[in-house]
Formats: sequence, structure tokens, C-alpha cells
Amino acid sequence: MIRLENVSVQFDQRHALADIDLTLTEKRIGVVGANGSGKSTFVRLLNGLQTASSGRVMVDDLDAAKDGRKLRRHVGFVFQNPDNQIVYPVVEEDLAFGLKSLKLPKEEVTRRIDEILARYDLTDFKAHPSHLLSGGQKQLLAISGVLVMEPRYIIFDEPTTLLDLRNRNRVKRAIDGLDQTVITVTHDLDLIADYDRVLVFENGNVVIDDTPANAVPKYREMMA
Amino acid sequence: MIAGLYIDGTSAVHRATAGIKILAMVALGTGVFLIPDWPVAAAVLATVIVLYPVSGFGLRVLWAQIKPMIWLLAVFFAVQLWLHDWQAGLLVVTRVAAIVLFAALVTLTTKTSAMLDSLERAMQPLRPIGVNPQKVSLAISMVLRFIPVIATVASEIRDAQRARGLDKSILAMVVPLIIRTLKMADDVADAIDARSFDPD
Repeated sequence: MIRLENVSVQFDQRHALADIDLTLTEKRIGVVGANGSGKSTFVRLLNGLQTASSGRVMVDDLDAAKDGRKLRRHVGFVFQNPDNQIVYPVVEEDLAFGLKSLKLPKEEVTRRIDEILARYDLTDFKAHPSHLLSGGQKQLLAISGVLVMEPRYIIFDEPTTLLDLRNRNRVKRAIDGLDQTVITVTHDLDLIADYDRVLVFENGNVVIDDTPANAVPKYREMMA
Repeated sequence: MIAGLYIDGTSAVHRATAGIKILAMVALGTGVFLIPDWPVAAAVLATVIVLYPVSGFGLRVLWAQIKPMIWLLAVFFAVQLWLHDWQAGLLVVTRVAAIVLFAALVTLTTKTSAMLDSLERAMQPLRPIGVNPQKVSLAISMVLRFIPVIATVASEIRDAQRARGLDKSILAMVVPLIIRTLKMADDVADAIDARSFDPD
């Protein structure tokens, strides 16, 4: 369970998030809003990338203000541009990057890497230079790099924005197939059509909090 | 491209530890300069060349490693021929070729991660003076990783400026490249944090 208690985030004099009070228990949560509405700041709080100016963010029993490192292992984060998320030049080396911090036995590292590569049809690319992958493969590698850490929650920050339709569908299938709790920030409203809950952000506030069937039409109207 | 040099394989050279290969490279790089006669240096070069088929690489791979150096080797030979004699020219050329080909073979048969792990181990004694081997290793891997990414960004900017008729302006190329690289650096730093990098 994720719990935000009167959380505000302030940059200089501007409120990026204002007094957010939320409890999230659903498996699939969509987050939408115009650029600058506070949605990215909101999800960055959940992984400890952003600290709250006031209030408290709890993810299960972890306090974002105190348990930053543990929280980042508990809550994976997939960014919009996989090129900025892949840090090693070869596919399997990149997958091993996060695992280093877990200090797992070599066999376990190999097992996790092989398993995730097979899951996304990337086995043939194991020793492949990561910069030579296609856009969709790079995004799947970025997702894999998060999944090998076996997080409990995964946040996707506009994961399909840079992809063509085929790769967008591949990534959507990958996200839909996850067992973890997923929180997706997106402008692609079809991506979250079958989610459990949608939060609409505007000016740092949650202005709509409902099922996709109710929230998406209202959001479309807002943006018209 | 640097990041794409490793070629997967199962040969004995592939299986040798990165530390041993790096030490062998250092030993060869030093030892070859102690050789006074070109036939001995040529024998060392021949041995290095034989290691290519032993590692599962054909002539094409071997040629790809030495091709960029051919003109430089020709210049070395010509200078030595002019200053001394053809034997001195052959000595210099065989020395340099042996070192370049062996270094390339090490890169072709060693994963970046294995090389960086060895480097990390070798740097452990430097911890007391404030060197963090994990951070140094990550920095090196990121240089290798982001050379092709920044090259792609530069190419995008060049195309965009060309479309605006600014293909002769260095400023129009450099300013957006610096801004995008700095923005990318911020995003990458976030991603590294998000992926639980633990340098301690």
C-alpha cells in the first residue's frame, strides 16, 4: 500500500504538488495530466527520487524520507527515454548493474538475467551492444533492468512516448503482463483504459480520482 | 565504435580472466620495447597473429584491427628508414603492430564488465586515499556507453541545423549539444539513483 499524507513539493516559490492526501491499493494506477501538472513529481516521490517539502510518503512500511535506498529497491522506475536509463555498453552487463548492489551469488545473477532475457525475447541479444538495439528493444531492456531487481512496485514515466505503434504495443503487453503493482504516467490514454484507477493532475492537485471509464472522458473534456 | 568491440566466444582466450589478459598486455607492451632485433619482434607479432584464429577470429577481424593503423605504420617505417635503416623501420613497425593487435584482441575477447571488475579489484588499495573503485568503474562504463548516444544526438542536431541552413555555424551545433548532454546527464543521474547504485 502507498500512502501520501498531506504531501507538498515546492520548487522555489512554486507548488509542484499541493497537499496531496492519497492511499493507493490498486494493482494498476494511471496518472495523467498536462505537462507541468505535477504528475512526474508525484511518481518521483514514490521512488525517493524527489523528497517532499512537507508531509509523509509511505510505501508499505518504508518511509521515503528515511529509507531512500531500500525504497528504490522496492519501487522500480522506468523512464521515458531508455537511452538515459541503460548505463552499460552490453545488454547483459546493463542487467547486472543494479544486481551488483544486492550482492547476490553469481548463479542467481545469471539465473535472473537469463530468465528476463527469455521473457522478452532478448536472449539472442545478451552479448549485444545496447546502443544497437531498436527503440522497442531498448525500452524492454530498461524494463528488464528494473524487473531483475524484483521490485514490489513499478513506475512507468511515459514509457511509450518515443515508440512507434508496434513497439508501443510490445511495451504495453509487457506492462500488462507484470505481476507487480504498476503506476503509469502517460499521455497515451489507451494504455491505461483497463486500469483500476486513474488520477488526473492539474496545477499540483489531483482533480479527478476515478475509474478509467469515468476519469478519461472527464479528462478529455478538461483538455478540449 | 568502442562500445561494440567485444565479440562473444568460448575460446581459451575468451575464458582467460580479464586480469591475466590486462597483465599480459602490460607485459607485452613493456617487453616488446626491450627487444633489440626485428626478427624477434616479428616472431612476437606472429604469435599475436596466431592468437586470432585460436580465439575464433578470421582474417577479416584481424584486418579490421590493423587497417586504421596502416598509414601510421607506413609513416613510422619511412621515418626510421630515413633516419636509420630498413631494419630499424621493421623493428618499430613490428613492435607497434604487436601491441595494437594484442590490445585489440584483449578488447575483442573481454567483456567491459569483466575488465571493469578487474580494474575495481586493482584499485581497492587506493580506497584509503579517497578513490572509490565502483565510481571510477561506473564512470568508465558510462563513457563507453554514451559515446554512441552522444554521437547520435550530435547527428540529430547537425540534421536539424542543416534543415535551418545553419550547417556552417559551429555555435548552432555546439550549444544545443552541450545543453542536451547536460540534460541527459541529469536524467542519467536520476536513472542510476533509481536503479539502486550503491558505491559503498
